[in-house]
Amino acid sequence: MIVKTIFSGFGGQGVLMMGLSLAHSAMNSGYHVTYLPAYGAEVRGGTANCTVAIADEEIASPVASEPDYLVAMNSPSLFTFQNKLSAGGTIFLNSSIVEDRPNRLDVKVCAIPCGDIAQELGNSRVANIIMMGIFIKKTNIVPAEMYLKNLELIMGSKKKTVAEVNRKAFAAGFDYVSDN
Amino acid sequence: MAKKVFGRPKSLKENIFHYCPGCGHSIAHRLIAEVIDELGIRGITIGVPPAGCAVLAYNYFDFDMIEAPHGRGPAMATGIKRTLSDRVVFSYQGDGDLAAIGIAESFHAANRGENISVIFINNAVYGMTGGQMAPTTMLEQKTTTTPAGRHKTLDGYPVKVCELFSPLKGVTYVERCTVTSPANINKTRKAIKKAFQCQLDSLGFSLVEILSPCPTNWKMMPIDSCKWIDEVMSKEFPLGMFKDNITQEKKIAEAV
Amino acid sequence: MNKVLMSGNNIIGEAAIRAGCRFYAGYPITPQNELTEYMANHMRNTPDGVFIQSESEIAAINMIAGASAAGARVMTSSSSPGISLKQEGISSMAACELPGIIVNIMRGGPGLGNIRPSQGDYFQATRGGGHGDYRTIVFAPATCQELADLTMDAFDLADKYRSPVMILADGMMGQMMEPVVFKKPKARIYSEKFILQGAGTGKSKFIRGLILDAIDMEEHNWKLARKYKIIAENEIRYEEHQIEDAQMVIVAYGTAARIAKGAIKRLRDNGLKVGLFRPITLWPFPELNLRALSAKVKNFLVFEMSTGQMLDDVRLSLQGYAKIDFHGRPGGAVPTPSELANVIARNYDKND
Repeated sequence: MIVKTIFSGFGGQGVLMMGLSLAHSAMNSGYHVTYLPAYGAEVRGGTANCTVAIADEEIASPVASEPDYLVAMNSPSLFTFQNKLSAGGTIFLNSSIVEDRPNRLDVKVCAIPCGDIAQELGNSRVANIIMMGIFIKKTNIVPAEMYLKNLELIMGSKKKTVAEVNRKAFAAGFDYVSDN
Repeated sequence: MAKKVFGRPKSLKENIFHYCPGCGHSIAHRLIAEVIDELGIRGITIGVPPAGCAVLAYNYFDFDMIEAPHGRGPAMATGIKRTLSDRVVFSYQGDGDLAAIGIAESFHAANRGENISVIFINNAVYGMTGGQMAPTTMLEQKTTTTPAGRHKTLDGYPVKVCELFSPLKGVTYVERCTVTSPANINKTRKAIKKAFQCQLDSLGFSLVEILSPCPTNWKMMPIDSCKWIDEVMSKEFPLGMFKDNITQEKKIAEAV
Repeated sequence: MNKVLMSGNNIIGEAAIRAGCRFYAGYPITPQNELTEYMANHMRNTPDGVFIQSESEIAAINMIAGASAAGARVMTSSSSPGISLKQEGISSMAACELPGIIVNIMRGGPGLGNIRPSQGDYFQATRGGGHGDYRTIVFAPATCQELADLTMDAFDLADKYRSPVMILADGMMGQMMEPVVFKKPKARIYSEKFILQGAGTGKSKFIRGLILDAIDMEEHNWKLARKYKIIAENEIRYEEHQIEDAQMVIVAYGTAARIAKGAIKRLRDNGLKVGLFRPITLWPFPELNLRALSAKVKNFLVFEMSTGQMLDDVRLSLQGYAKIDFHGRPGGAVPTPSELANVIARNYDKND
């Protein structure tokens, strides 16, 4: 089994954190894993994306020519990557700011207003963690508890409140969708 | 019993200098060796000779040395000193080495306040390669690459190292001397000693510039070369102390 | 020891410090900045550790040369244009027989090029790079685990042969994160007699590369050449992947080799018997090992993220015993395994 996911959005939306936390969880679940951030000239507010590959065998290329999942936190991400997605793959959309929908019929779409849910929780910055709740529920790549443990690990558990906020946000996403 | 009043410094090997008659390198070498003997630091000194006439300095100095690529002496000395901070590390550099190809390495070592000493031989010409223009060549001075004399609009102006380096905050001690007379030679020896002592006391970067005759490439007799330094060169490159923060730095060091 | 997820650049830094590197000098350049920053952050918490952000790559290489002469384990790092600047110092270190590690996280070139992953510096790395008759050992890791292991090994080999050693990776290797386990470093073996630390009460010594007498210089060159011969006999490393039944063998290193493995998986799923020969030391090049393969395989394809540089070494190794094709993507474009698989399949069918 090998699963490749592209996380993409504006710089500042925490898309690298999404990929990194997933990669960590998968590593500590015993999988082979690669995490490849797109890098470039340093620009704040530009686009950011990363690719995470998770497999039960050695991973050849960390690049995803045909990712199984795309997590698009903004519209440019959807346009950039939708055609790369492998047939039967799933696109996760932050529908709070992505109004467009994929022009392909051979992929599943999971459009969730992560930004709005975050607002309701009173912290617009946790949209990415809400999306991770949705992503983990739908893909089931790693157990939810495993994910949360690793998220706390890489965020540094200095502030208990941060961990609490993230757990709440994750649960909000996780419970928002049904599994299938 | 006769008392020995003059002899070869212990820090000099028995080899005969290959330098031309009247060249300032031989005197500068001897002064450095005398100072090292006097301070009793032969065993802990590491010298970094340059590319240029003094590239063979390790044939003469009897303490540890490592050659640096052209201009990189202060970078190499930085690496040595930061690794062995209780050693006395100095670079010996010519005008092309310090003020042209190695100006960046020299400037930044000074600016970092590396606790090293630089002995800078300024003879206004590239000696070893046969008398081409140096960054310190005087205006109107003829060299093999300025056959009509150094021209300000073509070649720019003489680079004044002491004036350039002394305002840097990392620099503790800067003096310009020459070796044209016994009195000047004594002053130079004192300056070198001061520079090494500054390093021994961990007070920061020190630089001694020595206006040094190059009779061969100046196409002058040795005596005329000394006269030219006194009458012409030292007008462009005035002798004297440019910076002496030793006392000040000592107070700061003692306060800590 | 625990598995940790780290980026390639950080892994090199951590492995170096664990291996006893106590002097690092470097100058910022993308895509290796994380390594310089890692050293800045961690050297200050390492006893006797020195970090200097140098004024240039030229200064950095000469700083590590000085620190190496003074007995420290040393490293500098850069990316392609910066490595060009370091060549003067690398040549000088080879001449003076000073150990040290130079990391090149390659980017697209020539000139300033770009900051994308590339393999255009193969010639420079494997042919000495600077002026004069010398070689440097060149490691080409392909995984983050290998980055860690080879970085540690590089320090041991640098000391063993008193020679600069280069780690040649690319922007992707530097930026990518993979799980890594740091092995226990070996104790350093390096004779005091090579270290310049002041003469004490003894005889003074000097380290130099300037040898004006032609016969003496010739002898120095031959002495170095004998050393390189011993290295070539003892330090070759390579990986063979699925070559047992291979009808065709891909020769690739570093990131390109990873892509090749992905392509080979696809091809094998479709019944094409393709294997991979991956040099891990680019110099010394596993010449005889590759030639031995030509006894049973007659169809080779060299794949590089360049216009074809290692290709020369493959030709020299195979000496006409087999057909060699080439696929290259220079300038920072990272091809996909499927693209490469198509190229391989085309050449596989062409096999006569």
